[in-house]
Amino acid sequence: MPTPKELPKNLYRQIKYDIAFRKLATGTGIFVIILVIAAFFTLVYESWPAIKTYGLKFLWRTTWDPVTLEFGALPFLVGTLITSFLSLAIATPFALAGAIFLGELAPAKVANPVSFVIELLAGIPSVIYGLWALFYLVPLVRSFEMKIGAPPYGLGLFTASLVLAIMILPYALSVARDVISLVPQDLKEAAYGLGATRWETIRHVVLPYARSGILAGIVLALGRALGETMAVTMVIGNRSAMPQSIWDLANTMASVIANEFTEATEDLHLAALVEIGLLLFVITVIVNLVARIFIVKTKVK
Amino acid sequence: MTLIKNHIFCTEDLCAYYGDFMAIKHVTVKIPEKKVTAVMGPSGCGKTTFIRCLNRLHELTPGAKITGKIYLRDQDILKMDPIVVRRKVGMVFQRPNPFPTMTIYENVLAGYKLLGIRLPKKEANRIVEDALKKAALWDEVKDVLHRRGTFLSGGQQQRLCIARALAVKPEVLLMDEPTSALDPKATLQIENLIVELKRTVTIIIVTHNMPQAGRISDYTAFFYLGELIEFGPTAEVFTNPKDPRTEEYLTGKFS
Amino acid sequence: MKNSYPARENWRRLKNKIILGIITLLALIPTLPLFLILFQLLHKGLSSLSIDFFLHLPAPPGEPGGGIANAICGTLIIVGLATLIGVPISIMAGIYLSEYGKESKLAHAVRISADVLQGVPSIVIGIVAYAWVVRPMGHFSALSGSVALALMMIPVVVRTTEEVLKLVPDILREASLALGIPYWRTVLKVVLPTGMVGVTTGILIAIARIAGETAPLLFTAFGNQFMTLNPIEPMNALPLVIFNYATSPYEDWWQQAWGASIVLVFMVLALNILSRILARRIAGEK
Repeated sequence: MPTPKELPKNLYRQIKYDIAFRKLATGTGIFVIILVIAAFFTLVYESWPAIKTYGLKFLWRTTWDPVTLEFGALPFLVGTLITSFLSLAIATPFALAGAIFLGELAPAKVANPVSFVIELLAGIPSVIYGLWALFYLVPLVRSFEMKIGAPPYGLGLFTASLVLAIMILPYALSVARDVISLVPQDLKEAAYGLGATRWETIRHVVLPYARSGILAGIVLALGRALGETMAVTMVIGNRSAMPQSIWDLANTMASVIANEFTEATEDLHLAALVEIGLLLFVITVIVNLVARIFIVKTKVK
Repeated sequence: MTLIKNHIFCTEDLCAYYGDFMAIKHVTVKIPEKKVTAVMGPSGCGKTTFIRCLNRLHELTPGAKITGKIYLRDQDILKMDPIVVRRKVGMVFQRPNPFPTMTIYENVLAGYKLLGIRLPKKEANRIVEDALKKAALWDEVKDVLHRRGTFLSGGQQQRLCIARALAVKPEVLLMDEPTSALDPKATLQIENLIVELKRTVTIIIVTHNMPQAGRISDYTAFFYLGELIEFGPTAEVFTNPKDPRTEEYLTGKFS
Repeated sequence: MKNSYPARENWRRLKNKIILGIITLLALIPTLPLFLILFQLLHKGLSSLSIDFFLHLPAPPGEPGGGIANAICGTLIIVGLATLIGVPISIMAGIYLSEYGKESKLAHAVRISADVLQGVPSIVIGIVAYAWVVRPMGHFSALSGSVALALMMIPVVVRTTEEVLKLVPDILREASLALGIPYWRTVLKVVLPTGMVGVTTGILIAIARIAGETAPLLFTAFGNQFMTLNPIEPMNALPLVIFNYATSPYEDWWQQAWGASIVLVFMVLALNILSRILARRIAGEK
């Protein structure tokens, strides 16, 4: 095909670049997929010595002793489950009430600045929550423990759950508030038009409409709580045995990795820590996919 | 039809699809050079699809397909690279769409700048002035060339888009209802401009507006449900339509 | 019957008031610890700030004085490097999703991968970066920390880039293509600049998120008592200082941990507020 003179000279080169750019963009997309798959297999590979040694038993073995090289994940699984669900149980009512308050009750003049502050609080690094908890929450819990006759460590599962609750609260709250704000005004007006009180409208119109979105927010908050490391590490007491009560010193999956990873000199110890990371990876992926399903449901409406 | 001597576009058995839907059905037509050809017909008849085939924008729609032949002079544009085709066949859209991140000056030169072509300052100035004068916008914007075009009125923005298309010196200018988003005064300016422009460039204009087609076009192509049912000099088509459906449309029976 | 109607009505009104009151109370309780945190942060933190604190290196344990100059530099370097690694990848992947992949299966796989990556706990990201960078190099380094933070940044920027580019109207793409501009230049010179404010907002949010991350740095950047600008060496960072000092037995160091916290919070808040201002600007343009 003859190149007409008036066409820019580089036009034909551009056509090649066009294809190259498309391939580059697609390749980068594929690269993101590869990153995730590679991360997963890296964890499997690095934890192989522990997987090979313990197999599935790793999940319910209760001994964790780097000295005798005995490793089992149950104390940390229990620690993570207790702190996550306890914090969720503490935070959810407050978060929900806060979301209803900001979304339905408070006038915009109050709601907007308060929402702003809450979102900024959600951005405060977790190590700072940990610092605050270590110096203010721990003494508080200690005096409480003395009153009720529990061992007065101050540190432990309960304290860790409290910090976690404070940390996930702004997060769960802002998700729930966003969902509540999506409830169409005419639905609410229809309810008021029928003579419903404000609470009845919230109870029978707003909450049912926002239900799956609120659930998504709670599940996402759970995902955060499961993987949260620093604040928990600083106040949980770092004890690798089965916790007997919520006042006990303990470790979560994340905190045992944070505490022991740089000190692990034996291959099996390191591999066991990585395997805990692998478990954490798998659990959070599942939790996030569940949240995704709820979010899709919300959008379908 | 027999009177036309020079054709710039010539389609043979052109069909265009959206997935399985056939939007253009077996169109064979010759478009005369340096004339204004109006493409008319009721909504959804394939007018816009037809002109989007001529600069190969149609194929950007997912699932879209073209069969048949489209000759630009003697070259089959379906065998050319679309980029090359679009350098020769410019387009103005229904809604004015100047680039919001660029100044008026940059907008006119977009056909060069976006391609990474660096023009000497003098030549660039000349092209800008030339294109804006052709688009009858120069006097209004010559003092604000380096401001963003977003503050211009709708009609000015549309003329800016015409200047942008003219700046790369196309042989054909496709216009897709260019005045449908404009007020009557701006519409009149653009109509006058179109009549002026046909001295240098072939214009194919999709329009909904019958008086407009009557005022500005030399030829009219009439589409109905994807078929070209009538083509000829505008005066002839308007006064003595051969197809009853054309007559029905012209007399306002459907639109 | 006649009397019970108003009684029920009154009960409904009362119930409404009681429950709304409880909700308001519940909503206000958690603001207490949150304000306590802010107050104590300001109270403890501001008192430990001084010019020396910003300009000096850490003093040995037990000796008074010393500062966090190395950690401030370290955070800037580690986060800057992470941005350099993460942003180009993220923007290209975002371009892929919005301009090429769209609703294809591959594009959905990329979206799910980004979501999965976003949900991976930061401590696990740290392990991955350890295996990918620290292990092959044989020692801790700022670079490995940056890789970990880049991994955390990618999903955020990928998704915002996609969202923002999707908002760019198609008629601008067509305007460019109709001028004979190839698609890749249309994307880079028309679509991306039009969405640039939004992309920048996404990048700022991502930086704010990673700047305070501690867990992924524990066994990558590791920390360093001395000043270093070499990304191949272990490097200190503000979150590491806060963690190490807070858990140390020295009272001076606790004080410095509060000071470092104020600096870090200020950085993170500034980024957040900046991104908000930009976001508002986009909303205003529409």
